[in-house]
Amino acid sequence: MSRKRTMIIGTAALAGAAVLSLSLSSCGKADMTKQASPFAAAKGSKSVTLSVQTWVGAQSNVAVAKYLLEHKMGYHVDTVQVDEIPAWDALSQGRVDAILEDWGHPDQEKRYVKDKKTITAGGGNGVTGHIGWFVPKYWADKHPEVTNWKNLNKFAKQLRTSESGNKGQLMDGSPSYVTNDKALVKNLGLDYEVVFAGSEAAQITQIQQFAKQKKPFLTYWYEPQWLFNQVPMKEVKLPKYTDACAAKGAKDPKSIDCAYPTTPLQKFFNTEFAKKGGSAAAFLKNFKWTKDDQNEVSESIASGGLSADEAAKRWVDKHPDVWKKWLPKK
Amino acid sequence: MSTSTPPLATRPLSDAVRPGPLRAVRQFPNLSKLLLLVLAAAVLVPLLAAKYGAAWPSSLTVDVSGPLGKTSDWIIDNRDSHWLFVYFLGHLSNAVVISVRAVYMLLLALGWTGVTAGITLIAWRVAGVRIAATALISFLASGLLGMWVPTMQTLALMVVAVVFSVVVGALLGLAGGLSERLFRILRPVLDTMQVLPAFAYLLPVVLVFGIGVPAALLATVIYAAPPMARLTALGLRGADPGVLEAVSSLGATGRQRLLTARLPLARKELLLGVNQSIMMALGMVVIASMIGAAGLGDRVYQALASVDVGAALAAAIPIVLLAIVMDRTTAAAGERLGTDTAATGPKWLRGWQAWAGVAVVTAALALVGRLTGSLVWPGAWAVDVARPVNDFKEWMVDHLYSGVPVIGGTADWAAHFTDWVLNPLRDGLTALPWYGTLLIVAALAWLIGTWRTALTAVLAMAAIGVLGVWKPSMNTLSQVIAALVVTLVLGFGVGILAAGSKRLESILRPVLDVMQTMPQFVYLIPVVALFAVGRAPAAAAAVVYALPAVIRITTQGLRQVDSAAMESAQSLGATRWQILRQVQLPLARPALLLAVNQGVVLVLAVVIIGGLVGGGALGYDVVTGLATGDLGLGLVAGVAIVCLGLMLDRVTQPTERRTTGKGA
Repeated sequence: MSRKRTMIIGTAALAGAAVLSLSLSSCGKADMTKQASPFAAAKGSKSVTLSVQTWVGAQSNVAVAKYLLEHKMGYHVDTVQVDEIPAWDALSQGRVDAILEDWGHPDQEKRYVKDKKTITAGGGNGVTGHIGWFVPKYWADKHPEVTNWKNLNKFAKQLRTSESGNKGQLMDGSPSYVTNDKALVKNLGLDYEVVFAGSEAAQITQIQQFAKQKKPFLTYWYEPQWLFNQVPMKEVKLPKYTDACAAKGAKDPKSIDCAYPTTPLQKFFNTEFAKKGGSAAAFLKNFKWTKDDQNEVSESIASGGLSADEAAKRWVDKHPDVWKKWLPKK
Repeated sequence: MSTSTPPLATRPLSDAVRPGPLRAVRQFPNLSKLLLLVLAAAVLVPLLAAKYGAAWPSSLTVDVSGPLGKTSDWIIDNRDSHWLFVYFLGHLSNAVVISVRAVYMLLLALGWTGVTAGITLIAWRVAGVRIAATALISFLASGLLGMWVPTMQTLALMVVAVVFSVVVGALLGLAGGLSERLFRILRPVLDTMQVLPAFAYLLPVVLVFGIGVPAALLATVIYAAPPMARLTALGLRGADPGVLEAVSSLGATGRQRLLTARLPLARKELLLGVNQSIMMALGMVVIASMIGAAGLGDRVYQALASVDVGAALAAAIPIVLLAIVMDRTTAAAGERLGTDTAATGPKWLRGWQAWAGVAVVTAALALVGRLTGSLVWPGAWAVDVARPVNDFKEWMVDHLYSGVPVIGGTADWAAHFTDWVLNPLRDGLTALPWYGTLLIVAALAWLIGTWRTALTAVLAMAAIGVLGVWKPSMNTLSQVIAALVVTLVLGFGVGILAAGSKRLESILRPVLDVMQTMPQFVYLIPVVALFAVGRAPAAAAAVVYALPAVIRITTQGLRQVDSAAMESAQSLGATRWQILRQVQLPLARPALLLAVNQGVVLVLAVVIIGGLVGGGALGYDVVTGLATGDLGLGLVAGVAIVCLGLMLDRVTQPTERRTTGKGA
């Protein structure tokens, strides 16, 4: 009997604690725009929260920023893994303080930066991103003509899989990535089926498998990306990107028929953090490096088997000239 | 395996259209139902075909993306000003953060020595020495894997989520248990909550609460509360009427009766409810990390982003261990309830003294940990499992992917499975005129149920058409059917073998435990590496996830068959095969049907995970909705999955059986 009572008391105490905390916090307004993590700053230190996106390049930015903030500036850094669009929302709410690599989201920019002003643009991070269609180098070397979209239909047969049926397979990745591939295939009259791998992890695994067997493949992919060092790929030339084509595409996404633009990758900050974030905000504003820097870190994480932290340390030790400029002047 | 699938999967069609003569003679009611259906078909089909054609007519669809998009914009624009958010949801969110933080701080203050000692002792007290040893090893392993801090974050989240789920579930269950009317309203709601894929409610929850712990915790509660509610209601309703009458005759009021008789009588069910809630909450750990829950799930998720199976496994092992410890502890506590030998061991291990002892020893060890200055697990005592695991995975993939002599590699099997099973099934289902599909569903549901079941099933299918996702839904349905058939064939086979051999069963048990609790995300990479991107790896993931429950229920069902019936069959000289076919399987029919039902629910639960490896269709739409904040796309696809679940449930469940939880 006594055991049961203790159990009931235990449950009651826990439930009581929950109710108590509810009532403690419920006098007056609750600000939903301020969402702190319960795990943040457990040791009571100054703390910054960074959002990490699923691709490794984004992890590298965060790893290096985190390492420097923690080891050179005395901050505690939390990271949250979020998809791109939810990350904007989280940024606006202050759940995260900064996004270090954004690939261009005009709708979100209009809503949060221009209208609500809860997010502040933080300038470029120095890396230029590019999306395109790629084929493996070993295949392109044998058939150089495959690197032009006009010849792609000749190769469709070689790229058949059981998923693409009797068409060639064009592999796309995660649903969160910017893609016009379905429209492109249709508007360019290509004999291809877009097969969505569903996640970057699945896509990379599949590319690695193809490469191991030296099989041909055609995939949506992007630069900068560490996988190029492991599986060299060549870009397939698509019709040239023009402003007119982009304007047409902005009006009706189904009409787009030209290549993807190159995008200087941008940083964004929570407005309040940008104003009151002190030296951490100043540091992140100064953060700017190159594609090679980023790839160096990315590759040691993704194929060198290092943890993000170790990879960042290795880079930081090697390139003091780059990051010393980021530290705010005292 | 693959060649036997098409006939099985298409059998419903021929069954509905021309029943075997034997069956028709034996079951007259079915014959008349069929005649009626054929008559209805004869009148309706030409009409519908002439008016609408074979594809779902666009005039019969409703586009909900507009209003849903507006709702989502409204929420974002009003989140910082409207009273609903400022005075209610905001406080809820703060309360969650404060509670989780409080538990996390407590765990950190106890240090690794205190936490390990405390949980081991509680397990000892409640469940005995063996489970205490499991707990001890599990926590040491979490530390050794370098996962101490994330484990504590997950534990804090779990404690709060389980308390919330149990409280919410118990209140709902109490209402349902005491009022017949509420029970009838509650049941479909709980059904929906359980079939609705967890991903589908991540989306609205994130919209309201934003990325982070409150959203993750509430999504977990929505997922984990239904079994508690169901079991509470079940316990209250199932109370022995004799006892209740006796209590009433003593002049007890309604409330006294509830507190002194009904609740205590239902305590086994209540504890089972707690147990189920814990298991389901743990099942959400990784999925919740997609919306920023931190902890172990986040480690799994981040490891996957860099395609690192080893690191994902290192984070997944503590999740599995936590699940096993919590399951065994609460299950053992439940079994001991009501028996006199509630406490084991010497006298000092019983009663309040024992609890005091637990507290004192825990405090002492926490203090020791503090004095030696290692609150967090000492980093030097860590084992790196990531590298060997990755090497093993590479080795396995290299040897199995292709080029295995004679039988071909896994990639070849996957291609054959897609070409020979999935493609014809999908093409068949999409090519079938919509009214034909509705008719088949109606016939199947009516033949094994009542006209009500048939109506529900047909309405569910019609809803899919109305929402404008008929084609992707048929694609998903083909994948679900294929995965389900494979699961059932394997599950019944292994289950029958395990029922015949105690030894095999005990070998299987830990394997099944791991399969059931291992976060699906961990095997995403290996299934892609083995089966190539597409619908085949999605089906493989579904089979891995659903198989344990089917095996377990089958084994248990066969074991529980009355031994007298078996012995009499044996004495009549029946062979083992005859006994199995003519005695055991028919008698275990309810259990087998339950296994089918669980198979359906679990396979459906993986549809979305399948979207992450190239399954496409509805699963991909839900993932896209979540990733791009498109409430319309994600929610509609989620609802369509629910409708498929409802339909499949109605056409496979002849009895009024309702299950207690997603896991078995």
